[in-house]
Amino acid sequence: MANDVRVIDSEYAIDEGTKVQYIVIKLGDEQYGIDIKYVDNIVRMQSITRVPHVADYIKGVINLRGVVIPVLNLRLKMHLEDVDDTDASRIIILKLEQYGLIGFIVDEVKEVVTLGESQIEKTSYDGTEDKQIFVSAVGKVNNELISLLDMNVVCSEK
Amino acid sequence: MDVTQYLEIFLDETREHLESLNTNILNLEQNPEDEPTINEIFRAAHSLKGMAGTMGYKRMQDLTHNMENVFNEIRNGAMKVSSSLVDTLFQSLDALEEYTTNIQNSGDEGDNDNQAIIDTLNDFLKNKGDAPKKEEAPKEAAAEAPKADESKEAASDNSDGNKWKDIAIGETERTVISAAKASGQHVYGFTIYINESCLLKAARAFLVYKALEEKGEIIISNPSAQDIEDEKFDFDFSLVVITSSPMDDLVMAARNVSEIERVVAGEVELPAVTEEVKEAEKTVENAPAVADNKQSQAAASKPAQSKTGGKPVVNRTVRVDIEKLDVLMNLVSELIIAKNSLVSASVSEGVSGVGFNQQIEYLESVTTNLHESVMKVRMVPIESVVSKFPRMIRDLSKKLDKKMELYMTGEETELDRTVVDEIGDPLMHLLRNSADHGLESAEVRAQRGKPPVGSIFLDAYQDGNNVVIEVRDDGNGIDVEAVKNKAIERGIVTPEQTENMTEKDIIGLLFNAGFSTAKKVSDVSGRGVGLDVVKSKIESLSGEVEVSSKYGEGSVWTIRLPLTLAIIQALMVVVGGEKYAISLGSIQTIENVSPSDIKFVQNEEVITLRGQVIPIIRLDKELGCVSSKRPDENMIVAIAKKGEKLAGLVVDELIGQQEIVIKSLGKYINKSRLISGATILGDGEIALILDANALF
Repeated sequence: MANDVRVIDSEYAIDEGTKVQYIVIKLGDEQYGIDIKYVDNIVRMQSITRVPHVADYIKGVINLRGVVIPVLNLRLKMHLEDVDDTDASRIIILKLEQYGLIGFIVDEVKEVVTLGESQIEKTSYDGTEDKQIFVSAVGKVNNELISLLDMNVVCSEK
Repeated sequence: MDVTQYLEIFLDETREHLESLNTNILNLEQNPEDEPTINEIFRAAHSLKGMAGTMGYKRMQDLTHNMENVFNEIRNGAMKVSSSLVDTLFQSLDALEEYTTNIQNSGDEGDNDNQAIIDTLNDFLKNKGDAPKKEEAPKEAAAEAPKADESKEAASDNSDGNKWKDIAIGETERTVISAAKASGQHVYGFTIYINESCLLKAARAFLVYKALEEKGEIIISNPSAQDIEDEKFDFDFSLVVITSSPMDDLVMAARNVSEIERVVAGEVELPAVTEEVKEAEKTVENAPAVADNKQSQAAASKPAQSKTGGKPVVNRTVRVDIEKLDVLMNLVSELIIAKNSLVSASVSEGVSGVGFNQQIEYLESVTTNLHESVMKVRMVPIESVVSKFPRMIRDLSKKLDKKMELYMTGEETELDRTVVDEIGDPLMHLLRNSADHGLESAEVRAQRGKPPVGSIFLDAYQDGNNVVIEVRDDGNGIDVEAVKNKAIERGIVTPEQTENMTEKDIIGLLFNAGFSTAKKVSDVSGRGVGLDVVKSKIESLSGEVEVSSKYGEGSVWTIRLPLTLAIIQALMVVVGGEKYAISLGSIQTIENVSPSDIKFVQNEEVITLRGQVIPIIRLDKELGCVSSKRPDENMIVAIAKKGEKLAGLVVDELIGQQEIVIKSLGKYINKSRLISGATILGDGEIALILDANALF
């Protein structure tokens, strides 16, 4: 009996210790987190070759060391208002199993945070806001809120 | 033992063996006594069994074991190859393929025992000695037929070594023999045994041939002269000779050749022979049809012959993962891009000097050669795809109850691996189409005076930078009227439109989606999802497909494919400040056109060029950008060609011709209309590749 209890205890402890690293990006004033396991690279803005006859949020393609990578405007993809690129703008390149390499234009890349289970709160969809469906959970760090993006959903929704 | 690490090799080799079995069993049906074929089959089945056993696939092992038993009996001459046996063997192969697929998908062979097939195989085994089945009835000739008697003893035991008696004498030979006998000449049969230690048996056989030919005329040889020349025989061969010299003279002549063990000879008696032949003919159901065909199809006899068994070639090869080749190809592409960058940098930064330019030129020739070599490595013969077709045609022939024969040439033609993987389905479709719609029923063929067995040809050959694959049949051809009526009925065209259409245009309608002229829907073809799929598939491989046909005589489907998809020669152009590449293959000429030359036909812009009216396509509008030229300026028009059609593409500026590496736009964009890919230019900039075919 005592043994059983201990086993459950230790499992719980491992669960509690699971920590996930997120890259924090900014779109306007809001902060978003992207699971670092998807992130392949972060590059400065560069010239993007327009591709005709594609959705407006696809900005075109870039050449990253010989690989042609499609680049999406994350603001437009999340139905936010578009803004001009600034010096802080970056292309964050993700590697997703289903789509290969994809670049996303973001306003700014801030930092890397490590979140434990207890700092993450799952959200429930209320369906009122379009961007809500992209956010799988909310992380809390130093009294700041970070919307954690489910990148597979971001990409698949067309 | 953990064998999972060998799974890939196992699957690869199993496929190879199955492919070889398929081809060889088909071959065996036509040449039931071809010893190399039987040996090859036995070897393949044996390896298959061994591999399946090692990997622990018991059901697969069991089935191959039973097949091996059958092959063993055939090899020992205790069993005859019959059409129904071949059917069962093919079923077994299908079952084995299913196991293989299961293993590939799930790592497990599945739980189908295929007991029915095993039972049938065992029935064949059991029946060989006792009261045989119907198709095995003419047994006597079969039992005595020369077989794989490897030892000398066995050979001499076999009806006193008079193997020549077992030679099947055909219709024409029989006439010749009786004519010779009538004119007082002798007809002798010889079986010549060569010393087993002989190293150059083909040479010895040749000398015997020569010696006998001095004395008379060799009318039959078993194995054939070609096979003997290729050393495709054991240590004996049999001949039938017409001569006026006495038999002993000929025997002496043959014996005088060194390393000849012994010569057995005798007079050929015709009546007995005739009977034997009849039996032999019965034994091999298909034999008369095949012979018939060979006579009527002079052109076809060559491929048919070459099929009966190429020399077993031992290739010195290394198995390489295709991914590694892709990496290599990518690196070569990078190198070409780097070279292009170096060239453009030297121009923009003003580096010059004889030495530098020489080195650049040297680098260019090295990268071009490297690219060609790597491309060649990626090239595989189309054989791996087409080798399954004879089997398919055989099955179709039974299913449709039409007699047909497939003749293939150019199986060794090579294409880029990625292309080869993709052309199987379209080719299969065209062949099925020919078998089902193309070839007429036996009655119609008879009325038209065509041979009863329909012929389908698959020819592949290289033509410049393209590979051409033709599927031809001697069937009905395309009924243009029927196509026209159907197209009107389906609403694809209006009756008015058809009035201005040439025969070729109407035949082109066949490639429209949802088109099928077959009155009967069979499960072979005729659902109307076919030719349009073939067309789009071929076009996705940057190829094209055409058809020409003569009603009542047959059709030819021609597929034209680029040798490789990875690197092409392209024309670089600028439209609205953006750079685009257009495959040079689709550009015919470049014209300088004044805006005043533009005319309007049905509200579309056209120009007249050398008497031809060509529609104008303004690329800036198509691509959604703004031309940098003023409307009154002269236009640069690239004349693009797609099949017979021409179109003038208006561009702002020409950059020139360049070797470009095709890259995909990434999975996310996968297909954008008009754009088939991207390429990286010397300065690192991306230019999109315009799919000129999509503009028409």
